[in-house]
Amino acid sequence: MSTVFIALQANEDTRPIIDAIVLDNPECTVNRQPAMVKIDAQGKLTVRRETIEEQLGRPFDLQELQVNLITLSGNVDEDEDSLTLCWNS
Amino acid sequence: MQIDLRTVSIEPLRQTFDHLARRFGNKPASRYQEGSYDIQATENLHYRPTWDPDQLIYDASITRIVMQDWYALKDPRQFYYNNYTLARARQQETTEANFTFVETRGLADAIPDDLRQTVLDLLVPLRHAAWGANMNNTLVCGYGYAAIFTQACMFHAMDNLGIAQYLSRIGLLLGDVEALEAGKTDWLESEVWQPLRRYVEDTLVIRDPFELYVAQNVALDGLLYPLVYEQLIDGDLSPRGASAVAMLTQFMRDWYEETRKWIDAVIKTAAAESPANRAVLEEWTTHWTQRAADALLPIVRQANAEQAETMLAEEVTALKARLKKTGIEI
Amino acid sequence: MDMKVAKKKLALKEKYKLLTRDLGWEPSYQKKDDIYPYIKYEGIKIHDWDKWEDPFRLTMDSYWKYQAEKERKFYAIIDAHAQNNGHLNITDARYLSALKIFLQAISPGEYAAGKGFARTGREFPGVGTQVACQMQSIDEIRHAQTQIHALSNYNKFYNGFHAFADARDRMWYCTLPRSFFDDAMSSGPFEFMIAIGFSFEYVLTNLLFVPFMSGAAYNGDMATVTFGFSAQSDEARHMTLGLECIKFMLEQDPDNLPIVQNWIDKWFWRGFRLLGVVGTMMDYMLPKRVMSWREAFEIYGIENGGALFNDLARYGIRPPRGWDDAGKALDHMSHQFMLALYQYNFGTAFHTDIPTEEDMAWLDKKYPTTFNKYYRPRWEHIRKLKEAGTPYKNMGLAKLCQTCQIPTVFTEPDDPTQLTIREVDYKGDKYHFCSEGCQHIFENEPEKYIQAVLPMPQLFQAPLSGDLVAWMNWVGLQNGKDNGDYFGSEDQKNFDAWRDLATRNV
Ligand SMILES: [Fe+2]
Ligand SMILES: [Fe+2]
Ligand SMILES: [Zn+2]
Repeated sequence: MSTVFIALQANEDTRPIIDAIVLDNPECTVNRQPAMVKIDAQGKLTVRRETIEEQLGRPFDLQELQVNLITLSGNVDEDEDSLTLCWNS
Repeated sequence: MQIDLRTVSIEPLRQTFDHLARRFGNKPASRYQEGSYDIQATENLHYRPTWDPDQLIYDASITRIVMQDWYALKDPRQFYYNNYTLARARQQETTEANFTFVETRGLADAIPDDLRQTVLDLLVPLRHAAWGANMNNTLVCGYGYAAIFTQACMFHAMDNLGIAQYLSRIGLLLGDVEALEAGKTDWLESEVWQPLRRYVEDTLVIRDPFELYVAQNVALDGLLYPLVYEQLIDGDLSPRGASAVAMLTQFMRDWYEETRKWIDAVIKTAAAESPANRAVLEEWTTHWTQRAADALLPIVRQANAEQAETMLAEEVTALKARLKKTGIEI
Repeated sequence: MDMKVAKKKLALKEKYKLLTRDLGWEPSYQKKDDIYPYIKYEGIKIHDWDKWEDPFRLTMDSYWKYQAEKERKFYAIIDAHAQNNGHLNITDARYLSALKIFLQAISPGEYAAGKGFARTGREFPGVGTQVACQMQSIDEIRHAQTQIHALSNYNKFYNGFHAFADARDRMWYCTLPRSFFDDAMSSGPFEFMIAIGFSFEYVLTNLLFVPFMSGAAYNGDMATVTFGFSAQSDEARHMTLGLECIKFMLEQDPDNLPIVQNWIDKWFWRGFRLLGVVGTMMDYMLPKRVMSWREAFEIYGIENGGALFNDLARYGIRPPRGWDDAGKALDHMSHQFMLALYQYNFGTAFHTDIPTEEDMAWLDKKYPTTFNKYYRPRWEHIRKLKEAGTPYKNMGLAKLCQTCQIPTVFTEPDDPTQLTIREVDYKGDKYHFCSEGCQHIFENEPEKYIQAVLPMPQLFQAPLSGDLVAWMNWVGLQNGKDNGDYFGSEDQKNFDAWRDLATRNV
């Protein structure tokens, strides 16, 4: 199973997003590096809008992720409710 | 250790990069200058393109326009990515507010049915023409010479796409998906739209970037925007009850006002370079303006049968006057 | 006025389709082949452009909105950085060499990529593909500009930045990234997508912008971190586009497989060689280091690249041809490249140094099987020569690899004591290569690579005829300021003096 990941800038905006990702992907690993947080998961990682909204306390458009996104890995599938990263092998 | 670095007063060793000092002297350069001048590779190009071995990777000679220095084609708006994007972000915010205003107050539904149909018939097929403009400006960016000119073409291409998308949203708002389908059928089949579609397809095979720039931005859009948004929507449809549409198309109007200054500056500089350039530009503008006028007439006529000829004649005259100020006589 | 019920809300995917690919049509006044003239000659067969999956569904309004937010943040930080002498926050001015290389070698590539994506954004017949490429085009213009703007303030206070535009076209080591981008630009649209979308974006930018930028953060350089991370957020879209494009080609026709595989092979090796530059930046130019180039390559090259190739295996793709050789080169490449840069450092517009004892201890820890065995002795020898007042300079003409244009300084994959020198005779001329990988690339397209402009021979031809001073003027190199060792340089003296001012009451 290959690793997928998403890396976000480490700042106030991303704290609740990272919390939400961890809630939705309890198996993931969070690596904190200078100015950056990288979240690894085996095979698949899902970012859900609803969970982010709960953490954030306001509506959130998943495309807002773009603003603080650093990088990602895996095939991307995005709609209004979730963004999924996965490797098919 | 926290150091208060602001208190340190030190003399810079130099004010700017060498290539900018050569152009403007040793003084601090603007961000526009830093981001635009001389950033395209010019020398020691390694390989001939496999897609056309007669060209160089960056080749100023693929157009008939000849410039001593292509970086003379300055953008009076001084747009580089940052101020371009910020300007458009502000405009999209206004546009979004306008759409929300029209949507939440049901203003679209307040437009009389026949008028709404006129608006849909006029605007929806234009989204395809805007896509053609997007393709053409993308080509000018891709194959044109010098960042100062080509970056503005890429911004323009993205604007063309934005306009195509706003026109689509107007279609969706006033007539749902069916309106887009009907508009596409018109674009492909209706007699009214065929001359314009032919015009667009004919420009899609032009490979001289500067001729394409003229055919698209000077001739076609130089007539289309004032005719559609000023003459027809503001002057005719809006007073008849479609003022909501004027709100939804504010972006296009503002955009045209802003961008024509850049287009005029480009043409003026290219024409002033040499009599040969001027002659080529006159040849192109004459040819494409005539064709654009012919292509637009049935479309204007469909929206306003009585005044179409007058409206078109006015705009052709206005375009000629505009070109005259850039040194081009047609 | 009565409030009407809102129209049924279209799903994002559906709406995006209507707002992009539905804008195009089947032309009838002009032939499709004339509108898209470059789409067939590479041999890639596409049957249905509608099968293209849009990776990110950004319409222009959202694009403007989110990008503007990134831009506001970015310029706020670099404005503050310039106003507050943020450059004095860096660990020490040795670090600037990495930034100088960045500006001379990488930023022009960003611009070239922007130009190239404008071309593919016009040449591909599918509207979804066009739009994705066009957004990437304008993004890449952004990257070139944000990098120049972030480094502009450094240029005012330090040497080596001022002639980056001249260096791009004339400097011998800049020809390495230049030939990479020129190679991509002179390829057809599909190959360009593999070259930039896959090789540059997927493998390279992650290494360039993620661990390297963490390194910048670690070294107190907030201006660079900001442009790096801000750019990489666009790169995430670009990588996804590259991957989408590979999958699309492979799904459209089984005949595309060998062509795509060949490009993956070529561009993996091209990219790996280009990465050598990043390797030296990470291993030798950061005063404080987050991770070695090897460690970074393990994560972003081997693990992430490996995941990609496993994923693509279902289409019949195998890992690139040079994959094993790259693995073997990992423990050597940055050291060999750095030694070469150092011995030619009279001709580099950045400073290099003999690593300190502390640096060497770190390098040994990170490269336990190779550094002490092969490279420490060389550095110590070079240090001895320097201390004896007879510094080691290679003023000779290096043999350059005809493909990647790096001096032939690398060793055989299985024998680190054996310098690799491959030669090919082609039409009566002799060509040299740094590796089997580069030779293979040449042999596939000799007519292309014999056109390469090699900068070293240029120095010895008219009009320069070996005149080093004339050469330095021509490339914009200020002798004694831009080049040579860091220790004792004007950059070092200035930085130390300014820092001193900042820490004392004068
Ligand atoms: Fe980039
Ligand atoms: Fe990119
Ligand atoms: Zn090579």
